[in-house]
Amino acid sequence: MESKKSLFSRLPVISQLKKSMGLQRGMLVTGIVLTLIFLLTAALAPLIAPFGPTQRFDETQAAPSSVHLWGTTAGGYDVLSRTIWGAQTAVFVIVIAVALSIFIGVILGLLSGYLGGWLDRILVVVADAIYAFPTLLLAMVMSIALTQGSSDMWAGIFAAAISITVVFIPQYFRVIRAETIRLKAEPFVESAIVVGASTVRIMARHIFKNATRTLPLIFTLNASEAILTLAGLGFLGFGIEPSSAAEWGYDLNHAQSDATAGIWWTGVFPGAAIVMTVLGLTLLGESMNDLNDPRLRGRKKTKKNAAKKQEELVEA
Amino acid sequence: MSRSTENAAKVNAAVAGVPGGEKSPRSALQIADLKVTFATDQGDVLAVKDVSFTVAPGEIVAIVGESGSGKTVTAKAILGLLPETADSSGAVIISGNDVLSVSAQEMRQIRGRDVAMVFQEPSTALNPVHTVGWQIAEGLRAHRPEGKRVGKKEARKLAIEALAKVGIPEPEKRVDYYPHQFSGGQKQRVVIAAALALNPGLIVADEPTTALDVTVQAEILELLRDLRDRYGTSIVLITHNMGVVADLADRVVVMYQGDVVEKASSKVLFEAPQQDYTKALLAAVPHLGRNSASAGFTERAFQDKEVLVRATDLEIEYPGRLGSPAFKAVDKVSFTISAGEVFGLVGESGSGKTTIGRAIAGLNRTTGGSLNVLGYEMLNYKERTFRPLRKDIGFVFQDPAASFNPYLSIGECVAEPLLIHTDLSGPAVTKRVGELLESVQLPGAYAKRFPHELSGGQRQRASLARGLALSPKLLIADEPTSALDVSVQAKVLELFREIQNELGFAALFISHDLAVVDILAQWVGVLYKGKMVEQGIGNQVMGNPQADYTKRLIASLPVPDPAEQAKRRAAHQALLAAK
Repeated sequence: MESKKSLFSRLPVISQLKKSMGLQRGMLVTGIVLTLIFLLTAALAPLIAPFGPTQRFDETQAAPSSVHLWGTTAGGYDVLSRTIWGAQTAVFVIVIAVALSIFIGVILGLLSGYLGGWLDRILVVVADAIYAFPTLLLAMVMSIALTQGSSDMWAGIFAAAISITVVFIPQYFRVIRAETIRLKAEPFVESAIVVGASTVRIMARHIFKNATRTLPLIFTLNASEAILTLAGLGFLGFGIEPSSAAEWGYDLNHAQSDATAGIWWTGVFPGAAIVMTVLGLTLLGESMNDLNDPRLRGRKKTKKNAAKKQEELVEA
Repeated sequence: MSRSTENAAKVNAAVAGVPGGEKSPRSALQIADLKVTFATDQGDVLAVKDVSFTVAPGEIVAIVGESGSGKTVTAKAILGLLPETADSSGAVIISGNDVLSVSAQEMRQIRGRDVAMVFQEPSTALNPVHTVGWQIAEGLRAHRPEGKRVGKKEARKLAIEALAKVGIPEPEKRVDYYPHQFSGGQKQRVVIAAALALNPGLIVADEPTTALDVTVQAEILELLRDLRDRYGTSIVLITHNMGVVADLADRVVVMYQGDVVEKASSKVLFEAPQQDYTKALLAAVPHLGRNSASAGFTERAFQDKEVLVRATDLEIEYPGRLGSPAFKAVDKVSFTISAGEVFGLVGESGSGKTTIGRAIAGLNRTTGGSLNVLGYEMLNYKERTFRPLRKDIGFVFQDPAASFNPYLSIGECVAEPLLIHTDLSGPAVTKRVGELLESVQLPGAYAKRFPHELSGGQRQRASLARGLALSPKLLIADEPTSALDVSVQAKVLELFREIQNELGFAALFISHDLAVVDILAQWVGVLYKGKMVEQGIGNQVMGNPQADYTKRLIASLPVPDPAEQAKRRAAHQALLAAK
C-alpha cells in the first residue's frame, strides 16, 4: 500500500500538482481540467454525440435549434456532433504521431549520441535538413505522398500522424542526443565502462532512463503543436476527408465563407475546440516544465517565521 | 538565562533601530541571535539557529564547519544575499545598520561600501566579456564616495590602484586584460581587488582558496593577511580547511548543524578544544607526518611481487583544436606498481594525475611510450580485447554522488560487475552484495536504497564495495575523499586502509592532498605539469623532499596547528626569497 501510494505520487502531473502553489497551481489545474475535458469527450464521443460524424442532413446552414443544438453546416453536417467526434480524431492523431516520433527519435538519439562518429554526423545533418523546411510544408508533402487521394478514416489519420511524425522526430532526436552526450561523460557511465559493461547494456540500463526524464514535458508541449499541425493540414485541404471522419481544421476551412454571411455557428465551435485544447495542453506542459525546475518553482513562505516576524514588529 | 536576556536586548535595540545601544561601535560586525529558515518541498528547514558573534576591526574570524553546518548561509546573511525562500530573524549589524531589516536600496549602499564578498570560484565570479578594470570600476561607479559620481578616468585610476594593492604586476597594463588572461590565483587577486575597491571595513571570504592549488592558496592567504595588517580590514573567513584556519584566523567560530558549538581564539581552540565535536573534528584532520603508511620504511616494499602496472616514458596527448598544437598532459612518465603496493600519486590540478589513472583503466588513450597493465599493452588498446581484464581492475571515482546511476538501487549498482563477469545466480548475487556492503561497514539493508538516500560518506563506501566486488588485483582511486567532509574522510580512509591490509590488493591512490596520500601510500610519486618530478618512499618524500617543486608544495601546505604553521610559514617565505 505504502509503495503503491508513493508510486502514484511520483507519476508525472500528480507529483507536479503536489509541488505547485499559487498562480502556478492555477495554471496547472486549468491545464489539467481542459485536457481532461478533451480526453473525456474523445473517449465518450459515441455516447454523447447526438449524430454520427459523417451523417448528413437535408437542412443546410440551419441555425442552432432543439434538433441541431449548434446548427448545421453548408454540407449538412451537425456541428455539435462534428466537434465532439473531432476530438476523437485529434486524440488518435496525437497519440500515433507522438508515439511514433518518440520511438524513432529516442532510438536514433541514443545511438547517435552514444556511438558518435560518422553515424552521428549523418543523422545530425539529416535532422538539420528536416528542421530547415517549414513544418507545415513538410507535413503537406508527406500527406500527399502517403494518401495519394485515398480517404478512409484510418488512412487519413495515419497519413496525418506520419506527416506530423516526420516533423517531430528531429525534436526528440535532438533532445535525446544532447542528453546522451552529456550523460556519456557522467561518472556513473564511466563506472559502468570500467566495470566492463557492454555498449548495449550501458545504453539500455544506464543512459536510456536518465535521458528520457524530460520526455513527459516535451510530450505535452508537442501534443498541442500536433493539434495545430493537424488543424492546419485540414484547413489547407490536406487532412482527412469529411466523409470519413470529423476534423476541426476542415470544418473551420469550410466555415470561412459562412462567416461573411452572418452564419457564426459553423466556425465558432470547431475554432473554440482547437483553441481550448491547445490552451489546455500548453498550460499543462508549460506549468509542468516550470514545476520541474526548482529555480522556476514558487514556494510557500515559511508560515511560522512570517508570523513571528509580524509579532516582533508589533512588539517593537 | 542571562545570555538569552542579553541577546534579546540586542535584538530589540536592533529592531527598534536604536544606534549605539548594546552594540559596541568598535566592532566591525555584530551578529545576534541569527536564525535562518528555508522553505523546501519537505517543509521548513532551520539552517541557522541562534548564531551570535562579533568581529572587531582588523580581526580575522574564521567560521569553520562541515557541509550543512550553516556557515555559508551565515555568510550570505551578512551581505543580505539570502534567496527569497529564506526567512531570517535576529540582527546582523554592520556599521550601525541592521542588514536584515534595511530596505533593498539601503542594502545596495551597504554592499561594497561597508562590506564586500570574495567568492569561492574566481573563474565564475568574474564576467568573461568585460575587462577586469571595468569590473572593479563597476563597484566604484555604483556608489558615490564623497557624494559625487566617479568619472570614467577616476574609476580607472582607482581600479589600477586596487590591482596594485593586491600585487598584480604591471597594473596599468593589466587593467585592460580580460579574466581569461589571468591564472587562477591572479583571478582570485582580482576578485579581492574588486572587493577592496571602496575600502570596506569588512570582507566576507567564502572558501576563498578551496578552488585553488596549495601553492596558490599559500599566496592568497599571504595576501589576505597582508591586507589586514596594512589596511586594518576585518575578514570573516568561511572555510572547512583547518590548515587555512590555523594559518590565518585570530578567532574561530565552530559551527555544527546550524549551531555555534565553540568560539575561541585560534591558539586556544587548536591547543585545548572544549567541546567534543571540536575535538573530534580536529582529530579527523589529516596532519602531514603523523600516521604515515610508510613510517619506518627504508626501502621500497613489495618489490619481490609481480609487477601489475609498468609505465615507461608514458606520453598522453589531448588533440588540440584546429590550428593549435596537441596538449601533452603526461610527458615521459615512468613508474611501476607491484601487487599489494599502494602507490600514491600527488599533484596539483593540471598535473596529469587523473589522466594517468584513467589511462590505466582504459578511459583515456595513451599516445606514446609504453603502459603495460596486467600484461596488456595500452598503446594498442581495443575495448573488446581489454574487457576481460576489467574484472581485475576496480575504480573508485571522485564524486560519489555522480558515480551511481540515480535510477538503480545501491544493491543493483554493486551487483553490476558480478552480473557481467560471473555466472552467479540471483540469490547468490544478492548474498555477495550483502557481504560486500558489510565489508565496507554498511548495513545489508542499504542494498534496497537509492543513491540519493545515502550520505556522501556512505555512497563512497558503497562505491568502494563496487570497486572490490570481483576482488580485483588493482584498485584505482581517483581523489576518493576530496568531495567528503573531514570527519567522513577520516572514516573512509581508515576503512580503505583496513580493507587494503586485509585483501592485499594493489592500489593507485590519486590525490592533491599530501597528508591524505601519506596516510595510505607506501610509495609516492609527485607530478608537476605532466612530468614525474620525484618518486620515493612516502615519509622520505614528505619529510625530506629533493625536487624544488616538491619542497615548495610541502612548504605551502598549511598544517592544522597555529604555532607550527607560523614556523612553516616563515620557512616558506625564506624558500621563496631564496629563489
